[in-house]
Amino acid sequence: MTAIVQIANVEKVYDGGFAALKGVTLDIEEGEILALLGPNGAGKTTLISTICGITLPSTGSIRVGGHDVVHDFRGARALVGLVPQEVTLEPFETVWSTVRFSRGLFGKAKDDALIEKILRQLSLWDKKDTAIRALSGGMKRRVMIAKALSHEPRVLFLDEPTAGVDVELRRDMWEIVAGLKADGVTIILTTHYIEEAEAIADRVGVINNGQLLLVEEKAALMTRMGQKHLRIDLQSRIGAVPDALAGFDLELADEGAALVYRYDTRAERTGIASLMTAMSAAGLVLRDLQTSQNSLEDIFVGLVHKTEDAA
Amino acid sequence: MNWQAVKSIYCFEMARFFRTLMQSFISPVISTSLYFVVFGAAIGSRIEQVEGVSYGAFIVPGLIMLSVITQSISNASFGIYFPKFIGTIYELLSAPINFLEIVMGYVGAAATKALFIGLVILGTAALFVDLSIQHPVAMLVFLVLTCLSFSLLGFIIGIWAGNFEQLQLVPLLVVTPLVFLGGSFYSISMLPEAWQTVALFNPVVYLISGFRWAFFGMADVPIGLSLMAIALFTGLCLGAIWWIFRTGWKIRT
Repeated sequence: MTAIVQIANVEKVYDGGFAALKGVTLDIEEGEILALLGPNGAGKTTLISTICGITLPSTGSIRVGGHDVVHDFRGARALVGLVPQEVTLEPFETVWSTVRFSRGLFGKAKDDALIEKILRQLSLWDKKDTAIRALSGGMKRRVMIAKALSHEPRVLFLDEPTAGVDVELRRDMWEIVAGLKADGVTIILTTHYIEEAEAIADRVGVINNGQLLLVEEKAALMTRMGQKHLRIDLQSRIGAVPDALAGFDLELADEGAALVYRYDTRAERTGIASLMTAMSAAGLVLRDLQTSQNSLEDIFVGLVHKTEDAA
Repeated sequence: MNWQAVKSIYCFEMARFFRTLMQSFISPVISTSLYFVVFGAAIGSRIEQVEGVSYGAFIVPGLIMLSVITQSISNASFGIYFPKFIGTIYELLSAPINFLEIVMGYVGAAATKALFIGLVILGTAALFVDLSIQHPVAMLVFLVLTCLSFSLLGFIIGIWAGNFEQLQLVPLLVVTPLVFLGGSFYSISMLPEAWQTVALFNPVVYLISGFRWAFFGMADVPIGLSLMAIALFTGLCLGAIWWIFRTGWKIRT
């Protein structure tokens, strides 16, 4: 299956010489949810803007549904919906006319039933005749989403959709995203909230300094990169890690009531079996065992720091 | 062509106009009436006639041009500057439309509004003075071309402007003086000879003269020259728009 978004060696150097993207290559499959993680200024928004036609790539090519975003921009952009990071709306227009305008702008024939459906889905229906300036911040964000959905995009970009949004709206947003995915819409979202990527993404990409550090299945990423912790509760407290166990990466926890062993699931040997043997030889009695995995956040912070150290 | 998009932009902009219809309607009526009181009654009582036309009637074409030109520029420049200012331009840039379609939507709406105001002023003026229009078709053609070409200029200004001051700069410092000195309220032939020559470098003179010819059959410059001048001006604006379109100047980085 060919990817619905194909990004090949895209570089973006702004006037003034700032290189926001340094050779990004990425294929996005139809129907998936891809989360792009990265610190502020990493190039997430520039990447999205370049795909959507707001900025032009300096070099490289981008195709959406097989249409080049520069040479066949009509074909490409007709497939794409964008919810930008900043809420920008005409303050004096009503919700209804704003959303309807967006549909027309994308060349779609008017379809009031569809717009009604979208507004109801986003709990905006009873506000449809309200002027934008009278809406709350969360409501405005819903309007931004309604605008992007009004022209039935096949690929939807959500740039920091839940930044500064209350819990309820964030949950609504996740539900909407799940509903769109069920309809086969491809979704690319950027976020600071790693829990968000963890909760809804199929794949996760990490961007820093204009470079795509990795893109991987979320589950695979977590296992591949995942460090695990093995917590061993002891029958009786100990004052220090016994010398016999000095060769293991161990830490005391709970004032000597437990030991935490850190190991890498990627390593050839996890060392758990030999640790167990060594522990019983040292006369320690186990009460309970539990393992826990690194969160995406740990992985992310690890990756970004590694590249920054290398730079 | 994405006609649906052109129509959407046009209707969206026109809706803004109709929402403030009373303001759009009343302000030209009041300002026209004021001009008639000041120029028509106060000054007109001393001038009485210009080349066989009563002074009150004589200033009508100039008054219409004055408003139409300023309205065209401010409507079109504001129309495109506002989305730039508040950020909604992202949607224009990410939609499957090209620059010419954007221009058609915004300039079309701005020109329509200016045309409407021009006709309102004409109607108001007809209440004050006896007006007969000798060449109604030519009058309409001049009016429409003026609305279109100055809306194009306004659009260019709106694209160029980086802040609200710049938005006002060209209309205030260039266009208004040119219009006032372009024979809105007097015939160029009333000027001393040296100033008559200077006035011929003012492009607005040709516009107002041609427009006045359509009303009264008399003009400061030959009608052919007026037509050429407005064609040239429209051509220049279209050329500038085309260049912006090719280069993405000030729009797409």
